[in-house]
Amino acid sequence: MKTDRPSQRYSLPSPQDITRVQLANGIVILTRPNFNSPTVTISGYLEAGCLFDPDEKLGLADFTAAALMRGTRRRSFQQIYDALESVGASLGWEGGTHTTSFGGKALAEDLGLLLDLLAEVLREPAFPSDQVERLRAQLLASLAIRAQDTADMASITFDQVVYANHPYRRPEDGFPETVQAITREDLQEFHRRTYGPRGMVIAIVGAVEPTDAVEQVTRRLADWSNPEQPPVPQLPPVQPLQAVVQQKTVIPGKAQADLVMGAAGPPRRSPDYLAAALGNNILGQFGLMGRIGDALREKAGLAYYAHSSLAGGLGPGPWSISAGVSPENVEKAIKLIQQEIKRFVEEPVSAEELSDSQTNFIGRLPLSLETNSGVAGALINLERYELGLDYYQRYNELVRSVTVEDVLETARRYLHPERIGIGIAGP
Amino acid sequence: METSFTKLQLENRLTVLLKEIHTAPIISFWIWYRVGSRNEVAGLTGISHWVEHMLFKGTPQFPVGMLDKAISRDGGYWNAFTYLDWTTFFETLPADKIDLALRLEADRMVNSLFDTAEVAAERTVILSERQGSENEPLFLLGEELQAAAFRVHPYHHEVIGETCDLETIQQEDLYRHYRTFYTPRNAVVAVAGDFTTQAMLERIQELFGAIPAGEEIQQKIRPEPPQRGERRVTVEGPGETTYVQLAYRTPAGSSPDFYPLTLLDSLLTGPSSLNMFGSGISNKTSRLYRALVESELAVSVHGGLQATVDPYLYTITSIVRPERTAEAVIAAVDAEIQRLQEKPPSGDELYRAMKQARALFAYGSESITNQGFWLGFSEMFATYEWFLNYLDNLARVTPEDVQRVAQTYLRPQNRTLGVYLPTGDGRRAR
Repeated sequence: MKTDRPSQRYSLPSPQDITRVQLANGIVILTRPNFNSPTVTISGYLEAGCLFDPDEKLGLADFTAAALMRGTRRRSFQQIYDALESVGASLGWEGGTHTTSFGGKALAEDLGLLLDLLAEVLREPAFPSDQVERLRAQLLASLAIRAQDTADMASITFDQVVYANHPYRRPEDGFPETVQAITREDLQEFHRRTYGPRGMVIAIVGAVEPTDAVEQVTRRLADWSNPEQPPVPQLPPVQPLQAVVQQKTVIPGKAQADLVMGAAGPPRRSPDYLAAALGNNILGQFGLMGRIGDALREKAGLAYYAHSSLAGGLGPGPWSISAGVSPENVEKAIKLIQQEIKRFVEEPVSAEELSDSQTNFIGRLPLSLETNSGVAGALINLERYELGLDYYQRYNELVRSVTVEDVLETARRYLHPERIGIGIAGP
Repeated sequence: METSFTKLQLENRLTVLLKEIHTAPIISFWIWYRVGSRNEVAGLTGISHWVEHMLFKGTPQFPVGMLDKAISRDGGYWNAFTYLDWTTFFETLPADKIDLALRLEADRMVNSLFDTAEVAAERTVILSERQGSENEPLFLLGEELQAAAFRVHPYHHEVIGETCDLETIQQEDLYRHYRTFYTPRNAVVAVAGDFTTQAMLERIQELFGAIPAGEEIQQKIRPEPPQRGERRVTVEGPGETTYVQLAYRTPAGSSPDFYPLTLLDSLLTGPSSLNMFGSGISNKTSRLYRALVESELAVSVHGGLQATVDPYLYTITSIVRPERTAEAVIAAVDAEIQRLQEKPPSGDELYRAMKQARALFAYGSESITNQGFWLGFSEMFATYEWFLNYLDNLARVTPEDVQRVAQTYLRPQNRTLGVYLPTGDGRRAR
């Protein structure tokens, strides 16, 4: 009889099963094997983001990332995607604020093919003119659709209020006029100047031995260099608001309005982060969207969705509350949310609320690591936020050590009911 | 992927499917009810979805607010979905905490409160959910398209329901719908993950075994008569973007033609997966991407083939470039379809589509939650064997089969065309 249950040997990612290798040119490789399914996921980023974009060419980092797969010195657009799609693999690039990230997956037997393409588009993109123009039309269409999306526009409006004098006010995908202003030469120049191995991280998770994974990346990327790679841009401090500032983007003909309200929150590396994350869970996530969901959806029946979120990235990303409500209920929803923020910064959360959120954080960790992409994301976070390879071993204790007082003090540091930003988009 | 599983029926006619997967200490518990918008009549559209919402509003044992806290406290995640043919609820939890999901689902199958005040509060929430959807051009277009494609069959209306019905449905209506359809006889329990079959079965028997089977459901679903010619709908709304949808009537998920149609869709618009969770792959080498996007008529194209109980729709959706017209896009789609009707695809092209299907299938097997989904979902329109034999059945499809289904189903007489025409962007800042 089979009594050996592999799940009993299951463990969270740890220094024992994560392999971390840094190449001489700076590239960090993280890998963790999983032979439960015949698949492999890759994920990673480069230190080239929209912080490098000039205002008049906003969207440049994103445009460059999207254009990488449009042709190389060796292959056309159709040849690249034919290689990839013929084996059911995928590879995508996205320009973010701080970094350009990539992700892909394949059957394990096709990992070599996937890494070949990754290295080729990264190092030898050709930016063919016809493809650049085709891509531009697609980006402009996305921006036209964004302009009609009340949730997207509420979020952009919110960023313009809260980050008025800060690079975070700028959407990574730019505006129609800035995307129009970007030339093929701009893409080439952005790639030549900012893409490089320093600060690049790649995680490989799936049915591949760690030594093999490391060797495969090394073979393709160890000889890559870029002496001109610029230093990572430093962020200025966020100027806090001095009053409640509300701004609306009118989108005629829409049935519902979306709103986003809040302030700049702690970066992921801040010592405040975990207390803020637990507090945020209580405020607008736990159960059916926490206290915010309870007030707006359960009690008032005002909104289908109403929740809070904490960005917690490399910089002071937003700590915000979002909801979609009938146009006539916008003011009512804002008042209810303000009341909840007020309560959150004036009274400590109950011991039970905190303990519920702590067990939620600890219990959901293995669930978030169900798939290869979940594990790859976790490895990337370890590196990006300098958490240490033993972070998931320490996680339980770190979460449990946060007190009710920590949550209250952290909330008070970031959220001020009389000084928050409100972005609205709707009819 | 592990293929062994257990399927049986309790004395009260509750169907149970169990699949042990011991890769991580996680269990995903699903319960499926054979009720969705397909079971709704005029005046009560949207009621299945509303009943699903009411199952989160408490029982005497788990009062409102307790349910979600109990699951979240253990780190679990849970959700529910209402679709054309079914309503499903699931919980994925650490393996040692799964008993909570079993107790909760057994309890709310019979003891949900449907409190009048909660019904009133939920009415505005659901109206708000509908308003949110109405903000989306593709929702507005899809709703009109479905209504035009189905004159008689209840697939006529959207799952969310008509606003006028959402304003007038009463507590008694909801409770009657609940009592009629939420019975062991009409349900399937599907569990995947780190358990032993014997112990899980005993616990399911303990908790669900005593629930009365329920009345046999006597409901006549009106079949859609044959379509006798192309139908067209136009929707005007805000924005600058034109959307086109071509919806062809296609057979039920259990039809043998579903396999060649799956490959047909893969050739035309790229491979789609059966996965509820996780993303697919790109479609840039598909025939329609080349014909529409590479030729600069459109910015995107996607296909949608659904496995349904009754014949439904295969839909091709495209976003038109601003300087082009919907008619030009439709003409280009027609030319590609005609090419497939006149000449079968090459063996290589089908082989490639098969490799893509195998890869997508493997990606989906990584997640225990997704495996639980497959276990129950396949039972809604066929059986779990349908799913286990899916790749083998796809591999048996010949180039001529693909040509035949293109000739049979992708005829203009068998479709409804929908166009969303933008009225302009009047956005301004204030």
